[in-house]
Amino acid sequence: MSAPTLAELLERAGGLYRDYRLGSVREWKARTGGLAVGYMPIYVPRELLHAQGVLPVGLMGGRDDLEIIKGDAYYQSYICHIPRSTIELGLNGSLDCLDGLLFPAICDVIRNLSGMWQMLFPDKLVHYLDLPQNFERELGGEFYRQDLLALSGLLTARGAAALDPEALRRSISLYNENRRLVRELYDLRRQKPWTLPTHELYLVLRAALVLPVEDSSALFRDYRELAEADPGRKPLDQARVLLTGSFCEQPPLGLIKTLERAGCYIVDDDFVQVHRYIRGDIATEGDPLENLVRAFLEDAAASSTRYIDEGVKGEELLLRARESGTEGVLFCAPSFCDPALLDQPMLVRAVDRQGLPWTAFKYSENSGQFQVIREQAGTFADSIKLWSNA
Amino acid sequence: MSSAARPAPPEAQKDQSQLRQKQMIARHFDRLAAAPETGEKCAYTFVPGNLSELLLSFGVLPVLPEINSLQSAMRGKSAEYISIAEKQGHSEDVCTYVKSDIGMLLSGNIGPTGQRLPNPDLLLLSYTGCFTFMKWFELLREEYHCPVAMLHVPYQADGHVTPAMRQYVVEQLRRKVIPMLEQLTGRAYDEERLRECLKLSAQAEDDLVWVLHSARSVPSPIDSYFGAVYYLGPIFSSFRGTPDAVAYYRELRAEIADRVRLGKGPVTPDGEMGRERFRVVVEGPPNWTSFRQFWKMFSDEGAVAVASTYAKVGGVYDLGFRHDPDHPLETLADYCLGCYTNLSLPTRIDLLVRYLRDYQADGFLINSVKSCNSFSAGQLHILREVESRSGRPGGFIESDLVDPRYFSAANIKNRLESYFQMLEQKRPEGRA
Repeated sequence: MSAPTLAELLERAGGLYRDYRLGSVREWKARTGGLAVGYMPIYVPRELLHAQGVLPVGLMGGRDDLEIIKGDAYYQSYICHIPRSTIELGLNGSLDCLDGLLFPAICDVIRNLSGMWQMLFPDKLVHYLDLPQNFERELGGEFYRQDLLALSGLLTARGAAALDPEALRRSISLYNENRRLVRELYDLRRQKPWTLPTHELYLVLRAALVLPVEDSSALFRDYRELAEADPGRKPLDQARVLLTGSFCEQPPLGLIKTLERAGCYIVDDDFVQVHRYIRGDIATEGDPLENLVRAFLEDAAASSTRYIDEGVKGEELLLRARESGTEGVLFCAPSFCDPALLDQPMLVRAVDRQGLPWTAFKYSENSGQFQVIREQAGTFADSIKLWSNA
Repeated sequence: MSSAARPAPPEAQKDQSQLRQKQMIARHFDRLAAAPETGEKCAYTFVPGNLSELLLSFGVLPVLPEINSLQSAMRGKSAEYISIAEKQGHSEDVCTYVKSDIGMLLSGNIGPTGQRLPNPDLLLLSYTGCFTFMKWFELLREEYHCPVAMLHVPYQADGHVTPAMRQYVVEQLRRKVIPMLEQLTGRAYDEERLRECLKLSAQAEDDLVWVLHSARSVPSPIDSYFGAVYYLGPIFSSFRGTPDAVAYYRELRAEIADRVRLGKGPVTPDGEMGRERFRVVVEGPPNWTSFRQFWKMFSDEGAVAVASTYAKVGGVYDLGFRHDPDHPLETLADYCLGCYTNLSLPTRIDLLVRYLRDYQADGFLINSVKSCNSFSAGQLHILREVESRSGRPGGFIESDLVDPRYFSAANIKNRLESYFQMLEQKRPEGRA
């Protein structure tokens, strides 16, 4: 088979992103006979599933093209959108191919959704991954290790392979490579944002959620190679912005395109954060389960869903802003997202201290009108280009 | 008519136990107000998963920001406080308890008794059953620049407490919380003193449960939603583990026993309630900005809340839990793990179905508050499941905790009246 063109690669990524019925997962299951287990944002240790022969499948709700028929009957108007689209996809059979779903502890809405899922889909594996908020090895670390062992046992009970340390080491290596490739993409975008427009990079990151890690790494490699080789990609006079707040419910692709068309180069973001939640490589020597635990405790992104114990709120955001040469910050959170919106005043304060300009708006995954955001982002980008000292 | 010309509402009728509670609260806030001079240390903490006995054993005074927020609402201050917080950049989408608290802080931190609250010496972040608690104290830490003792309490996602969960909480208490309290106060951890406090807690809990169970009588002598707010005050807040709380619950029990003996219904702020027409179970917290008006919408219809889940946010004692002085840290862990909002949705549904049966309720009502995703996310599912399993009709109303913009009195009254009419129509023949 010949190598794909960039257009073909993006077409494929777009197809995977748009396929609510998870056709690629169904094909994988038919081919391998393995289990496929979904996970909600923003982080689960996919290495563990992979090591037991399970395909981890990242779910991130719906988009603006998903008609919510049943999901709205489960949620009041003041609750974010992702649980209703997830329920919709569950009830309309789109997620039938999944043997289970993991709910990491990120907020009360996802937490309560885990209980609903238990009742709505009693034949499926449902596990609430109670990520610790204490990051000491003997406290939160021990609890987390026990939780991972419990999850592993549940997978085995469903027919997955037993957890084997050697298999887990191999899986960690594969995911290390995968994360390295994502870091390289982000590095490249920071250096030459015109080479990797965010609306493309985003599609690739989303597509990777439903692929086996080996295929997802190949996708990242191919995308970088093809994008770098494209002679038509030239720098524009855009404002370099860091976008934050979009780690769970995702904005419609149209909103990302709108921001770029409004004059913003998104040089850093927290979209599809599972790819970058663990920042560096996870050790492969020694006890691999312990290494997974340590990585979560010691090397995870400073997400809004994570208690900042000794650290300073916003410190990591400012570091990322410096590293990416950010000229302004876009606070771009889903409506009614507690973690993002409760964090925002503290992050704004940090950004203000740094003297960075910022603007804020909200969206929903099914937002269809971007005119107001376009005007706001356009004005923001213009003001940076015209007046900012950043 | 100008507000100045508006007649004041009639003074609420109060039992002896309520007067006692008022005095207890006044003394507590006096101590808080004097803390900067007396040197008494204070810790801000939350109702669900509060560690009152442990704080008491160290002589630390608790301040409960949730209670301050609801008190601000009852005093008509929360709208102003929320507005101040929103002007500071806090989103209109998030919890109004948080915004009311921050607005109060920015307005001088004047507490419910009109006295200034001391700044916290410690933020005791018991992260039980509510994600927002964690963010709330991250926000307060930026304002007060004081240490935070974080106690992460795992969620009962599968409907039970595992040994790993209990061990995790106990070890955090032992290795994090207690050393911070020792450092704060200069006192060593005194387990005997803690046991004494826990013993007193269990005594008060016995009497509280007796009071809650009294609502099984027909007519119910208490209202377990609105009225329960007063009954729960001491045990949910600063007094669990004190002789004051024991005396309060003993007195309350005696008062309620009298009401049962006399076949009386609940006392409302407007006096004795008339004939009990409807017995309902209520899920979700009350609205505090129009608390009395909200209650009146029930009592005018002869509707009594015979059980409520809100009355369990500070502990589900009626299912048998008691603080156990023989296992002091383990019992604190079990308490934190067992608070209502730390229970899975299926467990919450089981509890509601059980209440409907045990309290011979005609139906159940959900007051869904915009502020609280911990309670509200999934309540429409709860509504369907409980209806289906119990065969009793459910009603659904929406309001907020402390933001008066979300209390639409006419709309809520209309819904309640329709709901009670439906209950009337569904009533088996012969029952009035």
